[in-house]
Amino acid sequence: MASDVRALIITGFGLNCEAETAHAFTLAGAAPEKVHLNDLLDGRRALDEFHVLAFIGGFSFGDHIASGRVLANRLKHRLAEPIQRFIADGKLIIGICNGFQTMAKLGILPGLDGDYRRQTVTLTNNDSGVFRDAWVRLRVEPDSPCVFTRGLERLDLPVRHGEGKFLTLDDKVLERLERERLVACRYADPATGEPTVRFPHNPNGSVAAIAGICDPTGRVFGLMPHPEAHLFPWNHPHWMRRAIASTLPAEGEGVAIFRNAVAFARDSLV
Amino acid sequence: MVHRIEIGYRQGVRDAGGEGAAERIRTFLGLPVETVQTRTVYKVHADLTPAEVEAIRQEFTDPVIERSAVGRLDAPPFHWLLTVGYKPGVTDNVGRTSKTAVEDILGRRLPDADAVYTERQFLLTGAELGRAEVRRIGTDLLANELIETIHVQSVEEWRASTPDLSIPVVEGEQRPTVREYDLQVSDAELMRISSEGILSLSLEEMHAIRDYFARPELQAERRRFGLGPNPTDAELEMIAQTWSEHCKHKIFNAEIEYSEDAGQGRPAHKTTIDSLFKSYIRRATEDLRGQCPWLLSVFHDNAGVIAFNDTWSLAYKVETHNSPSALDPYGGAITGIVGVNRDPFGTGRGAQLQINVWGYCLGSPFHEGTLPEGLLHPRRIRDGVHKGVIDGGNQSGIPYARGWEVFDERYLGKPLVYCGTVGILPRTILGQPSEEKKANPGDLIVMAGGRIGKDGIHGATFSSEELRKESPAQAVQIGDPITQKKMTDFLLEARDLGLYSCITDNGAGGLSSSIGEMSTSAGGAELDLANAPLKYQGLDPWEILLSEAQERMSLAVPPPHIEALLDLARRREVEATVLGRFTDSGKFHVRHGDRTVACVDLEFLHSGLPKMHLKAVWTPPQAPEPPLAAAPAVEVVLPDLLADLNLCSIEKKSRQYDHEVKGLTVVKPFVGVYNDVPSDASVFLADYEGVEGIVLTEGINPHYSDVDTYHMVASIIDLALRRAVGTGARLDHMAGLDNFCWPDPVQSPKTPDGHHKLAQLVRANMALYDYATAFGVPLISGKDSMKNDSTRGGVKISIPPTLLFSVIAKIDDVRRAVTMDAKCAGDLVYVVGETKAELGASEYARYLGRLTGHPERIGASVPRVCASVAKATLAAIAQAIEKGLVHSAHAPGKGGLGVGLAKVAFAGELGMAIDLRRVPAVRVDRDDVLLFSESNSRFIVTVAPEDKAAFEEALGGLPCACIGEVTDEPHLRITGLDGNPVVDASVVDLKARWKATFDGI
Repeated sequence: MASDVRALIITGFGLNCEAETAHAFTLAGAAPEKVHLNDLLDGRRALDEFHVLAFIGGFSFGDHIASGRVLANRLKHRLAEPIQRFIADGKLIIGICNGFQTMAKLGILPGLDGDYRRQTVTLTNNDSGVFRDAWVRLRVEPDSPCVFTRGLERLDLPVRHGEGKFLTLDDKVLERLERERLVACRYADPATGEPTVRFPHNPNGSVAAIAGICDPTGRVFGLMPHPEAHLFPWNHPHWMRRAIASTLPAEGEGVAIFRNAVAFARDSLV
Repeated sequence: MVHRIEIGYRQGVRDAGGEGAAERIRTFLGLPVETVQTRTVYKVHADLTPAEVEAIRQEFTDPVIERSAVGRLDAPPFHWLLTVGYKPGVTDNVGRTSKTAVEDILGRRLPDADAVYTERQFLLTGAELGRAEVRRIGTDLLANELIETIHVQSVEEWRASTPDLSIPVVEGEQRPTVREYDLQVSDAELMRISSEGILSLSLEEMHAIRDYFARPELQAERRRFGLGPNPTDAELEMIAQTWSEHCKHKIFNAEIEYSEDAGQGRPAHKTTIDSLFKSYIRRATEDLRGQCPWLLSVFHDNAGVIAFNDTWSLAYKVETHNSPSALDPYGGAITGIVGVNRDPFGTGRGAQLQINVWGYCLGSPFHEGTLPEGLLHPRRIRDGVHKGVIDGGNQSGIPYARGWEVFDERYLGKPLVYCGTVGILPRTILGQPSEEKKANPGDLIVMAGGRIGKDGIHGATFSSEELRKESPAQAVQIGDPITQKKMTDFLLEARDLGLYSCITDNGAGGLSSSIGEMSTSAGGAELDLANAPLKYQGLDPWEILLSEAQERMSLAVPPPHIEALLDLARRREVEATVLGRFTDSGKFHVRHGDRTVACVDLEFLHSGLPKMHLKAVWTPPQAPEPPLAAAPAVEVVLPDLLADLNLCSIEKKSRQYDHEVKGLTVVKPFVGVYNDVPSDASVFLADYEGVEGIVLTEGINPHYSDVDTYHMVASIIDLALRRAVGTGARLDHMAGLDNFCWPDPVQSPKTPDGHHKLAQLVRANMALYDYATAFGVPLISGKDSMKNDSTRGGVKISIPPTLLFSVIAKIDDVRRAVTMDAKCAGDLVYVVGETKAELGASEYARYLGRLTGHPERIGASVPRVCASVAKATLAAIAQAIEKGLVHSAHAPGKGGLGVGLAKVAFAGELGMAIDLRRVPAVRVDRDDVLLFSESNSRFIVTVAPEDKAAFEEALGGLPCACIGEVTDEPHLRITGLDGNPVVDASVVDLKARWKATFDGI
């Protein structure tokens, strides 16, 4: 059955998580489509055709100058109005890793006071100074308005980035993120479940252990860890231990993020 | 004009790059730097208004963490400024992207001549630093003068100066010239032409070329094409490239007279081998073809292709990129990984790039002695090589499956940088078998991807030589993964639309090689170099033909598809250019505009190379036995071995490589409770729909070559297969790749031991045939790099004969995969296979040699492999895994059972109680020999107590014993042969020792 919820995955220029992100949407019951950025810029395809937009992981333009910077500039100069309209229409946007970096630099996160054009947060070099691939434990904030993390408490996901340290323009921005519950998930110590600013459980030194944030509507969400890389239970590094202990879940923990988005879109957008 | 923009961090923002640089300056160079701040300089060469420059400045700057200025950015106090820029013509990837960003900001395209150039700045504080020290920080750590410029200013000089606006433009407007070479000269003169031109051609080969051009029937034809009687530079270069050791594998195809002196008084054995490749490698696969119906395309394409299932085929290739990595570790290595990506990409109709592997043979990063002039310190090489492959793989979106390092001082002269890539192809594309391709006469020659510069000229011939002080700087390229990713994305679209009929990559030898190869399937080619897109002007035709500038693929495009292909390329911002067409003329005809610069018969080009005749003499080396009498207690030895360079943890660097992208990873490169111990093999799902998986692993042990390369090869094949099968691979759907790296094995005044080194090569090939056929594992692809010697400052350093044996296999259901870590307290610990007194060239023997000051006492009893027992053991383990009876399986290798048991225990953060008296062994009467002998064909397995009987039954009558159990208490307790405890160590402490060696570097 062709799905009613249409998800757009923008590809090209060094982005590289299109296959697994598409599969995540498929598992969640949506109809994903991979569209090259230039086909949107040329007007061959339009954002309006879709309900959910994913800015995926990868190295757009090689992370040259800074991660997400060059892609954000291209979007700002050549696709700004369709993106603003997409948000205003009540649709959903998720940005993962490079997508999160791009959204932060484009200014569509955190979207304080409905301003989706000004950059107030960033993702920059990990404190270690190097790229890191490791699994992390996320604590999901239960009172966040984030649509994507509804009903979730914790997630095990891999991080894979060199520029994942979350920083805000100033303390006021950070205070507002906390006050308005826009922090959707944080890096946690698996032993305690509590947020941590210490390596390695916080892999990059993010302030307040922030791994992902949303806008005040909860419909625009960005995070550094990769939910689309935990679609199968046997992606988890301890899947064999879990299988021996008969605690292996039926599907990977990352799928829930996409199910939430598709459910929301089906209820409110289709 | 040039506009300068400087960007630095805001006060209070952590500068991780600067902190890292400061740390390395202190620990590696031992210089008293206090702080380092980093900045980036963008020099925008374009006609811009002040408002445009200001807009660029703003949009290049992150307002949250950065500040910037047009011209000069003020700075907090510092003592020295070190500026690192690129030399003219060197690839500046960030600069290239910056130009795109500028165009987006301006909303207009800039002319070709406009560009953005980047520089890195380091502001150093340190009152005790002098100018010479700061320069050294540049030359020895932060920059490579082969490709980069270093500029040092004191703070006073900086204040007094105006901002620098110079840019590294390639100057050169000379008209393209073509030289001719008169070959009717003396032999000495012929050799001078070969040597000065870095053609690497022998006298016999020069004679063959001379005689070809002297053919009377050729002369009339040459006049018709406007060519003189003598070969042009383009013709000589094309032939030299095609005939290079790198491309033609002359040593592997030589006729070899091999003799064996088995020992005193025994008769010498003599035989003549017509091509090692045909006699051993290809023959092994041919012999196995009947039992391996999944072999699809072997040896003739850029990568070997096997069927995986009804939906997918797999293409796998492993390469080395050694010489360039010695000169510029970062550039050489990134080019190595993005270069090998193009092999599966250029195989069949083009494979999607799925998984990378890497491995390096290096000198010790802790090397303290002097180094021959011109060699980089091995720590620099290691850091640069890792960084290059990390950036290349990560930015391409390809996960890595396997990574390893081997250390030996003989790799000081030339590091070995192995990179490999698995690609995946649909079994059919538009109804055609995906592994088949053919250029047809009339098809257009199209080059897609990057532009051509002088980079990498002579790479093919240069890599066929030893490394000399005067080795050419332009042999180094810097790969650009993003240009390549754009190109591969575009070409996969074009492939699925059926827009081309043949594809191959431009690697060593550039267009000369790619079009030369493709023209054989069509029957000829006519190429116009004047159409080739250049990075800058001033290249002679032969340079355009030979350039190894990266990120380029060559295509054969049927004329009806050319519009669609070029249109798609424009829409994907990928440059694609028609350079000519394939013909059936039998000639490789190269023009530059109207002028013919080369016209060579394909028959001569590909078959005119004279065969080499070489001699190999095998005399087994005599190595005294290890000084066992001086051995410390095993509880001292075990942690020492775990900390040894060749056995310790390399997780710190490995974590910087992405292994999760694509979301298909099942058994990762690191496993265990804390995901910090290397897996025996890695497993990836083939796609998102099924549960069938790809298993990858490898074996390498160059130290065994010091005793006998025959047993070296037997051992690494045995090890690789144990690792694969112990992780769950099918034994009957498994293929091997052989990558030889050898010291020059051709007897000459430079290589007085060439007969021995060639005999080592012969014996390695004999073992490859014997064991590949015995195990039923066909060889599908391979490569050889035969001149891994370095002569600098009068010192010759030759690598030990090194073979990497890589395995690709299938697992039917990834949920049946098994990892090596102990998982449950109370599980039984089994050792499968016999332990023999085989310490020859083992880690333990070499440890004892170093400890006692007798490094030559490595012993002669190198581990051997009994193929029938080994195969039965693999089959039994596969059966036990299939039945779900195995909680963990590990193939002990270097360091033997002792190191293996420790790793299995500490991976699971559990203890073990082990009794050595129960270990199946043959004539072993010492605890240390039992623990550290590296006998082959063994497994360490943990089994749930309730599965004891079933497991033992699965093992049939094979040597196998339960030697203890996994314990909750995290201690490794080992009872010796005399019944007394010989090891009682905390696994936490053992793991800490194992991790400490590379902590912080």
